[in-house]
Amino acid sequence: MTSARDEPLLAVRDLHTHFSINAGLLRAVDGVSFDLRAGQTLGIVGESGSGKTVLSRTIMRLNLGNNVHTSGQARFDGQDLLTLPMSEMTEIWGQEIAMVFQDPMTSLNPVVKIGRQVTEHVRKHFGVSKKEARTLAVELLKSVRIPEAEVTIGSYPHELSGGMRQRVSIAIALACSPKLLFADEPTTALDVTVQHQILNLLGIQQSERNMAMVLVTHDLGVVAGRTDEIIVMYAGKIVEQASTDQIFQKTSHPYTEALLRSIPKTDQPSHTRLAAIAGRPPNLITMPTGCAFSPRCPYAQDRCFEEEPPLQINQDGHAAACWYQVGTAENQEAWDKNLAAGRLSTMAVAKGQIVDEVPTDLTTGSS
Amino acid sequence: MAGSGKAHLRDPESVLIRAEDLVVEFPISQGRVVNAVSGVSLDVKQGETLGLVGESGCGKSTTAKSLIQLPPPTSGTVSYLGTNLTSLDEKALRQARTDLQMIFQDPISSLNPRRKIGDVVAEPLRVWGPHNKDEQISQVDAMLEAVGIDPAIARDKRPHEFSGGQCQRISIARALVLNPQVIICDEPVSALDVSVQAQILNMLEDLKADYGLTLVFIAHDLAVVKNISDRIAVMYLGKLCEVSESNALYDAPAHPYTELLLGSSPVPDPTINLDITMVEEEDLPSPIDPPSGCRFRTRCKYATDRCAQEEPMMREVSQDHYVACHHPLVSVPEMAEVSA
Ligand SMILES: Nc1ncnc2c1ncn2[C@@H]1O[C@H](COP(=O)(O)OP(=O)(O)OP(=O)(O)O)[C@@H](O)[C@H]1O
Ligand SMILES: Nc1ncnc2c1ncn2[C@@H]1O[C@H](COP(=O)(O)OP(=O)(O)OP(=O)(O)O)[C@@H](O)[C@H]1O
Ligand code: SF4
Ligand SMILES: [Mg+2]
Ligand SMILES: [Mg+2]
Repeated sequence: MTSARDEPLLAVRDLHTHFSINAGLLRAVDGVSFDLRAGQTLGIVGESGSGKTVLSRTIMRLNLGNNVHTSGQARFDGQDLLTLPMSEMTEIWGQEIAMVFQDPMTSLNPVVKIGRQVTEHVRKHFGVSKKEARTLAVELLKSVRIPEAEVTIGSYPHELSGGMRQRVSIAIALACSPKLLFADEPTTALDVTVQHQILNLLGIQQSERNMAMVLVTHDLGVVAGRTDEIIVMYAGKIVEQASTDQIFQKTSHPYTEALLRSIPKTDQPSHTRLAAIAGRPPNLITMPTGCAFSPRCPYAQDRCFEEEPPLQINQDGHAAACWYQVGTAENQEAWDKNLAAGRLSTMAVAKGQIVDEVPTDLTTGSS
Repeated sequence: MAGSGKAHLRDPESVLIRAEDLVVEFPISQGRVVNAVSGVSLDVKQGETLGLVGESGCGKSTTAKSLIQLPPPTSGTVSYLGTNLTSLDEKALRQARTDLQMIFQDPISSLNPRRKIGDVVAEPLRVWGPHNKDEQISQVDAMLEAVGIDPAIARDKRPHEFSGGQCQRISIARALVLNPQVIICDEPVSALDVSVQAQILNMLEDLKADYGLTLVFIAHDLAVVKNISDRIAVMYLGKLCEVSESNALYDAPAHPYTELLLGSSPVPDPTINLDITMVEEEDLPSPIDPPSGCRFRTRCKYATDRCAQEEPMMREVSQDHYVACHHPLVSVPEMAEVSA
């Protein structure tokens, strides 16, 4: 089915990233596969610790420490990034693939002036003059709406607010017009108006440059309307993967459903009780048998605690890893059974019927 | 607003906290000042949750801190239960602060990493609490339990052994341990996952009911603020724009800035048409040199000459809904203009 023409820009296959730590083997990313086409946007969503950053960093070959074990493939423009010599990989960084991090300080050098940092790659790869570099730096800073860009090029990172620093790191990422941008929570630290505009800006730059983007976030609101496809991660695995519309309109995985329900919405009256997800994500070293979400899932049945559900794709290209997918008769049955059996601790997430979630992370430890 | 005025303030007898004309200036180089807060007046009733919303740098934290005099405002007054906090000496102020607690945005770094959780939560008790150690411990345990942390497990651990959500619960426990009247929550959930955020918001609502707390809740997420607040004050560049009962603010925003905020707010629904082309071009104004007249005018699509010349005053647009704008988005009853 895949002709050379629609060969994806990035094809990730069965990617695993595990860390050996004292307590054992931590499976941060555990068998992730996806395709991303030129100019497209993929959203990666999941709770803190679900493996979003490790996934991006693995593909980017960014340092994850020496206790790391990686397997699988990440083909970019036909070559597997995971086996590329480091010297070739450094050529790809910044020029072909760029990254915007959660914490802007990780990509900024504290002792180098902003203007210099913004144009570093350009100067290195295209040999522009000092004057051109200055003009370019001002332009780039303006494009990310930095006030008084002419002044800011002479500032150091610590003189800027967190929001400003993030805009600078976005300017740096865009400087070489990469084909692919990994944006890891690029707007999490910013307020809504700036977030909205930064996301707009990324979107505009993206279509102008036909740049593909992986947008990593824990906020489903950020990816709605801004991505073509979404991957929902839970405990290092993909639990649901579909077009953005399908994720929201035909939510199939109970975890995705729970995430969506837990978000406060402006069209709900104030003091609406939120449907919090009970408990917390599993320990990635001693994972529960069966479905990783089972201890928190309102639909979980015996099978869920014993057998791990595979990621199954339907004819619409919508994939989910669950034995009792939302919207099916089996799901309704599972819910009715749990309701009758009074499995209250997890039910808060479903249907909005029973709202008293078990409030604590620690006291639910042994359920 | 970016305007001033006090039309939105209620009968002083009926409120717990009343802040008038708060001004906070930070001197910086070359004799210039940051006008962080420029004439903000607000009040909070007993048992009420006041939401304070606005973008980064608009002065939310500074306003909140000036309520508890940390540091005191450059000018203006804060009265708590009728006492003017700005006139108290250091000792009386410290006593008053036991009633007014604050929790901070970054849950992990706001806790001392070297201390055990039991000690972190007990800290305020060392000065103000019972001197009996056993009583202190039982008070700490009760607070940890109230925020859903098992004291037996947590007492001897240190902050880094807990998740962000758990650290935030712990800092809430610490704020509660002196049995305060008011808790000022400075972005308590901004750093947390949505799932944990929902747990904390629900918990705050429960604690508020159980302990009869009054909350000032700061956030930049409009949906979060709406969820928890009874009344909301929208802030822009050191001034208030709009003050309203929560639901009315979202049903009929009156200030162009509130409209902008609502339009920028991420909605978890792809069928909602996003304005994905809007990127403001002009430089954002700075609190060092704020615009004349209405401070929002440089970004306002409704701005006229009047907005540059005259500062709009807070006025009533409907019951318990006030706006400081020359061209509000809702019609203003003729006689409602009350200038202070
Ligand atoms: N160098 C490392 N050594 C050991 N464990 C690690 C390392 N880096 C990450 N981890 C662990 O891998 C898991 C996944 O982490 P990751 O940072 O990818 O999560 P995330 O989904 O990006 O979360 P967040 O939303 O908080 O950024 C976590 O349990 C984390 O503690
Ligand atoms: N100690 C200080 N010295 C100089 N300027 C300061 C100081 N504290 C705050 N400011 C400035 O005052 C203004 C208001 O800051 P404040 O922290 O109150 O904003 P905020 O609304 O809480 O923003 P955020 O959402 O980013 O927390 C900002 O311009 C800030 O840079
Ligand atoms: S129903 Fe079962 S398989 Fe599906 S998410 Fe819940 S626990 Fe997992
Ligand atoms: Mg991350
Ligand atoms: Mg603040």
